[in-house]
Amino acid sequence: MVRAPANNMKIRPYLYTLLFLFMAVVLSITIGSVFIPPADLGRILTGWLNRATFSEPVKTFAFILTDIRLPRTVLVLLTGAALGGSGAAYQGLFRNPLADPYLIGVASGAGLGAVLAMSYKWPYSFWGLMAVPAAAFIGALLTVFLVYALARVGKTIPMTNLILAGVAFGSFATALTTSLMLRSTGELHRVISWLNGGSSQAGWHPVLAMLPFLLFGLGILLLSGHVLNLLQFGDDQAQQMGLPVTRVRTLILLAASLATAAAVSFSGIIGFIGLIVPHVMRLWFGADYRRLLPLSIIGGAGALLLADVMARAVMAPQELPVGIVTALVGVPFFLWVLRRAKNQGYW
Amino acid sequence: MLCIENLSVSYGVHRVLKDVSLEVNSGEVVALIGPNGAGKSTLVRAISGVIPVESGRIYINEDSDAAHQGSRSRSSVNLLSLPPMPRARFLAVVPQSASLPPAFTVWETVLMGRTPYLNFLGQVSAKDEAIAHLGLQKVDALDLSERRVGELSGGEQQRVLLARALAQSTPILLLDEPTSNLDLHYQVSFMETVSALAQRDNLAVLVAVHDLNLAARYADRVSLLVDGGIKATGTPRQVLTPELISTAYRLPVQVIPHPFVDVPLVLPGNK
Repeated sequence: MVRAPANNMKIRPYLYTLLFLFMAVVLSITIGSVFIPPADLGRILTGWLNRATFSEPVKTFAFILTDIRLPRTVLVLLTGAALGGSGAAYQGLFRNPLADPYLIGVASGAGLGAVLAMSYKWPYSFWGLMAVPAAAFIGALLTVFLVYALARVGKTIPMTNLILAGVAFGSFATALTTSLMLRSTGELHRVISWLNGGSSQAGWHPVLAMLPFLLFGLGILLLSGHVLNLLQFGDDQAQQMGLPVTRVRTLILLAASLATAAAVSFSGIIGFIGLIVPHVMRLWFGADYRRLLPLSIIGGAGALLLADVMARAVMAPQELPVGIVTALVGVPFFLWVLRRAKNQGYW
Repeated sequence: MLCIENLSVSYGVHRVLKDVSLEVNSGEVVALIGPNGAGKSTLVRAISGVIPVESGRIYINEDSDAAHQGSRSRSSVNLLSLPPMPRARFLAVVPQSASLPPAFTVWETVLMGRTPYLNFLGQVSAKDEAIAHLGLQKVDALDLSERRVGELSGGEQQRVLLARALAQSTPILLLDEPTSNLDLHYQVSFMETVSALAQRDNLAVLVAVHDLNLAARYADRVSLLVDGGIKATGTPRQVLTPELISTAYRLPVQVIPHPFVDVPLVLPGNK
């Protein structure tokens, strides 16, 4: 008998994932070099609602919350969301389980831009602080544009060409970056940290700067679930079912690349979230992209938040670059999920 | 009715289809036969808009009654000028079952056939579900609905693809060698389903086939494509002659009357 899945079956994945995200947010807000006890957290929240004024030590906690923890939490949340969503979109677009948001060169381009900017001493002003992220952003987008232009064949963009051009440009940019790194011994530590997601821009400005690109990019991706499902049948069948393949693929690539570029510009290169989170979601909740995309977005946000908490807590008060945590913790977790998966083979 | 006029398609400098003209009326099955490399798949892909056309016209006359004279009735739609979505409302393609994503269920796969009528979010209404259900019913695959496509046999997958094309609710159906990977049972049952559907639902069906005897048995007309050009079009008896077939396939053949059906039977080899 043909029946659509019962309603609670449809909602459960979202419930679980949102719950996970909520817990990650709470952890991120309370844990750090200064631990904010949950009781005080509650007092602060109710205080805000009542417009009460605080006395020490709650006042310090409140300050830490608004000026350090919350913006950091939101920044990491948005970054994880962008990486998770783009990863799922890339895997769907390229029909390849190895695809991640850095496939066509966003990471290498951003890295090159960032390293170029870091070799110059910028003034300690608003624009000075924005220099590195801006350079990274421009580098990322320029690379994607070049890769895209190179991969074009007439009116179509063959996927293989995109991947090849992306790999080629990526290697090229990485080589340039490495040679720059070798020349600027002073900044080397900072550069390596950035290239592994160890950039910690504090305050609300980075969040506000990222927000438009993220909203645009993730907004489009959220609406692309059905289209990505169709693309799984191959270009021919997708077109025969009515999809304008090239146009749609360009739009999704643009959206995913924008979101990734914005995320990477402020947080550095964080790997494995974009690759692993969509796979975990697919193994647990199925390959329907209408569901996989939003779940990867939420899951990516939660996963990166957890990784960030670990990065702050493990060597407190020092911070480990998040990219190292995602790799060291993420990979064993993924292998565990893979072994337990029932749907193995159904990609 | 589907009208193809003087269609030419090239892959770079190599001309693959030369001046192909063909008509498929509503309610009839036209079999496209020819040796490997003749251009059968290319023709199907060109009609469905997947590869660009160098010259020629492809149009649909919606007034099926006035089709006989080959004249254009007033409601004539130029397929080549249509963007993919409106075109997908006129013709649906059943490909060879090779590339089907294994993770989707049969039901989800058939529902994708409704895409030309859905918004970009793919939201499905009760009417869409009813049509998908009907499609599965027509190919006798309702019991497979919740199975994953990757678990099905070749014959079952082919039926699912047909159900998906039927869910697209188009007046024209193109099938690209649907029986190539099927065993004898599925070959016959598939072609019988297609033939019955053409008649019952008044569809214009163009089937590219390898098996000449399947073509003879289930097609109303046959079109022989050799080296990118149509050598002959007509009833099975007119086209499946020893002269035409031997020349086209570069193999001596015999044609005898079929023992229990009134169609020719093609046998390879000399007397």
